[in-house]
Amino acid sequence: MSRRRGGGHAAAVPRSLAGDAWRDLRRSPLFVGSAAIILVLVAMAAVPGLFTNADPRACDLAYSRQPPSGDAWFGYDLQGCDMYARTIYGARASILVGVLTTVVIAVVGSVVGMFAGYHGGRVDALLSRFTDMFFAVPMLLGAIIVLATFPSTIDTPSWQTIGKVVLALGVLGWTTVARLMRSTVIQVKQSDYVQAARGLGAGSRRVLLRHVLPNAVAPVVVYSTIILGVFVVLEATLSFLGIGLQAPVISWGIAISDARAYIRQSPHMLLFPGAFLSVTVLAFIMLGDAVRDAFDPRLR
Amino acid sequence: MGRYVARRLLQMIPVVIGTTFIIYALVWALPGDPFAGRCGARPCPAAYVADMTAKYNLDDPLPLAYIQYLGNLLRGDFGETFQGLSVGEELLRAYPTTVKLALVAIAFEIIIGIGAGILAGLRRGSFIDNLVLVSTLVVVSIPVFVIGSVLQLFLGMRWGIFPATVGGDASLYNLILPGFVLASLSLAYVARLTRTSLAENRRADYVRTAVAKGLPQRRVIGIHTMRNSLIPVVTFIGADFGALLGGAIVTEGIFNVPGVGNLIFRSITTRDGVMVTGAVTVLVLVFLLVNLLVDLIYGWLDPRISHG
Amino acid sequence: MRGSTRRGAVVAAAVGLTLVLAACGGDDDGGDDSGSGGDGGSSEGPTGSVSINSTQPENPLIPTTTNEVGGGNIVDAMWTGLVSYDSATGEPGLAVAESIEPNEDFTQFTITIKDGWTFHDGSPVTAQSFVDAWNFGAYGPNAQLNQYFFGPDGANIAGYDAVAGQTDDTGAFVEGSATAETMSGLEVVDESTFTVTLGSPNSLFETIIGYSAFYPMPESFFTDQAAFIEHPVGNGPFEFVEEVPNTSINLTAFADYAGDPKPQVENIEYRVYADLDAAYADVVANQLDILDKIPPVGLAGDVWKTDLEGRSASEPLTTRFTSMTFPLTNTEAWADPNLRKAISLAIDREAVIAAAYGPGNYVPANSWVPPGNDGYVEGTCGEWCEFDATKAQELYAQTAGVQGTLLISSNSDGGHREWVEAACTSIRETLGIDCQGDYDPDFGSFRARVNANEITNPFRTGWVADYPSIQNFLAPLYTSNGSANDGGYSNPQFDELIRQAAGLEGQEALDLYNQAESLLSEDMAIIPLWYDNGQRGWSTNVNEPQFTWKGYVDPLSISVQN
Repeated sequence: MSRRRGGGHAAAVPRSLAGDAWRDLRRSPLFVGSAAIILVLVAMAAVPGLFTNADPRACDLAYSRQPPSGDAWFGYDLQGCDMYARTIYGARASILVGVLTTVVIAVVGSVVGMFAGYHGGRVDALLSRFTDMFFAVPMLLGAIIVLATFPSTIDTPSWQTIGKVVLALGVLGWTTVARLMRSTVIQVKQSDYVQAARGLGAGSRRVLLRHVLPNAVAPVVVYSTIILGVFVVLEATLSFLGIGLQAPVISWGIAISDARAYIRQSPHMLLFPGAFLSVTVLAFIMLGDAVRDAFDPRLR
Repeated sequence: MGRYVARRLLQMIPVVIGTTFIIYALVWALPGDPFAGRCGARPCPAAYVADMTAKYNLDDPLPLAYIQYLGNLLRGDFGETFQGLSVGEELLRAYPTTVKLALVAIAFEIIIGIGAGILAGLRRGSFIDNLVLVSTLVVVSIPVFVIGSVLQLFLGMRWGIFPATVGGDASLYNLILPGFVLASLSLAYVARLTRTSLAENRRADYVRTAVAKGLPQRRVIGIHTMRNSLIPVVTFIGADFGALLGGAIVTEGIFNVPGVGNLIFRSITTRDGVMVTGAVTVLVLVFLLVNLLVDLIYGWLDPRISHG
Repeated sequence: MRGSTRRGAVVAAAVGLTLVLAACGGDDDGGDDSGSGGDGGSSEGPTGSVSINSTQPENPLIPTTTNEVGGGNIVDAMWTGLVSYDSATGEPGLAVAESIEPNEDFTQFTITIKDGWTFHDGSPVTAQSFVDAWNFGAYGPNAQLNQYFFGPDGANIAGYDAVAGQTDDTGAFVEGSATAETMSGLEVVDESTFTVTLGSPNSLFETIIGYSAFYPMPESFFTDQAAFIEHPVGNGPFEFVEEVPNTSINLTAFADYAGDPKPQVENIEYRVYADLDAAYADVVANQLDILDKIPPVGLAGDVWKTDLEGRSASEPLTTRFTSMTFPLTNTEAWADPNLRKAISLAIDREAVIAAAYGPGNYVPANSWVPPGNDGYVEGTCGEWCEFDATKAQELYAQTAGVQGTLLISSNSDGGHREWVEAACTSIRETLGIDCQGDYDPDFGSFRARVNANEITNPFRTGWVADYPSIQNFLAPLYTSNGSANDGGYSNPQFDELIRQAAGLEGQEALDLYNQAESLLSEDMAIIPLWYDNGQRGWSTNVNEPQFTWKGYVDPLSISVQN
């Protein structure tokens, strides 16, 4: 019980939700597997030098598009850069965009959706209209317009370039979470156990946090884990349209969009960053599944 | 019911105004001179710039220009593109194509997405379940432009099963390939949402009650579980329809579908601001109406939610 | 989706006697070069339908305001001017004009037009049709994009200033400053004759008026412009049928076309593509008949050669040229010619082309004028355009070097990002300095920065000449007050040579132009990169189409297979 994620405070409460969940998680092969992959990916993003000695920016046009070999496991890209090094170094930008955007939308969306759904009435109307304003603009389109309005130039530090992509996607992305949250909260609110808690005189904050949230969080987790991959993919799409992340930033998205014209001649240019992207998405979704199973009280 | 619909329609007014103002501000605040680059390697003639500035009220402060624009909109006047074409007419031409494409995509989502989700949800942990999980995952992790290019290369160019692009002939058959590509991403959500929702509802009290009452398994799954499980799915598909209308930029580009996404993207790159704001305004309107419809269906699916 | 190409850059601020008109005084169209096919279609009249890739016109299909490729190709198919350029060589020859007689000092021209030319609506083409069209184009309040063709940057017709109006200090148009609606230099003598008086001598006048801004307009245009925009009317080989915006523009052969050669194909569909990749897919699948430019997806690994076996071609584009320009007016960073030379030496053009466009698909440049132009001399750039790592390093060591990262600016679309990245790789590897591309998402925003003189690092410059002459490459681009001198290069000696050359004819003039060009290699303020090649493909439905000297399909050469 002492290694509980909730920390010391939770130890006082026997069998808290978080404690139970953590205990379950540690036993889940799905969780352990995906967490291990994510740890590796995060390490790759944080300290790429651990995985390769090659410089991703050292390129030689003479090697342009050469297939994988003993010297370069993943082959070379269009500029004759080592694909292995590019793929390792690409993890940082891609994972940052995915994770940060997901965090932004999950937090903003959940808060807005929960308040709207739980309070109903005027609050709901106001928040729902506010949500609609952003919801009504398709995400990719909105991101294009935002990024076209605030373009990154070469002087923009790379964290700002990444930040812009995160905000452009996040500004419109949170609405789906809000709506999902709202509709589940409305559903959960009417369920017997919430009614019972209210009947027993629980305050609205307590009801929200202890009863509604844990029960409404599952769809948001499912959505967030899938959408995380989608954001990484959208980052690639924006690069493809010429307005997302830009060189000198190295990302899987840029690599994939660069490779697109060469699918037929040099499939390795697409294959390796593509495979890493897929594995990342896979890992996060598996993690999400595991977490949801653990947190969902109805499964016990 | 009638009052509910009327109230919702009224609520749309601030939303439309809010959204279009945001878009209008973004589009006309696009950095630099909206007429730069329209005249090749040299600046445009001063007289041309002056004429266009006056025509689109670009000299006025933003809120004023927006109000003028809104006033014209209310009279049904969407303005003119730089080419001198009526924005309204262009939209009327582009929308049916995009709607058709979106419907084809939605059909794929319903048939394949919900189908796969149900199969997986009923047999959690089975081979089918894993197959659905893995295949949806693979689809999610591949960018649309890659899926589109690859399918176009093989099905369109190499084997000639489907036309490589759509062009002016937006027939149902021509739209199958782009429709599938467009649906591919959402397919995965729909399948997974259906699966999750179904699995959860199967453990719900009312299902236990129904089973306890001795209702046949098929009826329990077919009527009770399915109906409730589909609520989030319907919400999602409804919202997705709105998104597909404007979010088909990449797919419409690859398959040369003369739809709204194509139109908007071209207008963004050629700085045709009137076209962009006009198209997005309609997008927002359509989207809100679709949402209203979704909510009505929602109430019908789940009797616990009433629109009294 | 990507690629935004403008047509013709600019007609030079032309003063000079370089070009001698081929068909001067004759009544021939100079069309003998295109008679190569003669596939027997001429006696039976036009047959069949073809589709050609296009982009959506950005402006109304009015010749004086159409300045981009999508609209320009259609306008060129629908109109014939006084002079037309030979499809293959670009040599100007008389078309609607019966004769163009200059006075002694090339300040006044008497133009007689042929009988029998009509517009598609049946009205006759008269002297008035030209004069009205030109006045319309020049008149400030009409806000026509090609206005400057009538002014000092173009033909420089007398009285242009009063018609065009003025700009204030900030370059903004002054409302109501246009004091006349017609240019004093244009005078109608009779039904078929008019005179043009110029503000300054211009022996290139006859070449310039072949450009689309000088096409005639029917009377109906001036009475009802809105109707005209809906259904444009020209006098060329093809007439307008309908436009489905964002989808296609359809033309059909004009039965009463008075020019020669006659159209061989009955219907042309200009099919709008947002993304050239889609057009490529279509032509491979035989769903598009003619593709005038093969995109990177086809060029990569030369797949187009197998995808389109027996129905594709690659030709040098005489009038296109890509270079890299150093900004000299807004920064001191590039003032040292040795630094510019070192950078030029460090670019392995062959390898950059191979990576960006596929090996051999473009041609490394070693001069400032592409082959095929009047006055082209091979290798004027000499050693400075040859990749030489050692020499580059040695030279670079003698300079103060690049402060920080070397940036190269360009728009990222249209296949430009690929070569900028490759050029940077080459420079980085050779000089050991950091090099990065600095991109704008589209041509418009990139040019806005260039025009505003905001870029303080080398940037991409591409040029599409209006006519194939060394003059059109050197004068507008590199003279101190050249209308398209983006980098602010200024060399009084160069200016003087160009000025002198403009007053001479034939080889004498060319010699001076070549002398001027050799000055460019001493300064290397503009680095030649490559001459563009044009790759194109067609379907099994059509015979091989001819392409014009500008690299676009010649609609008169199109014929369907029987």
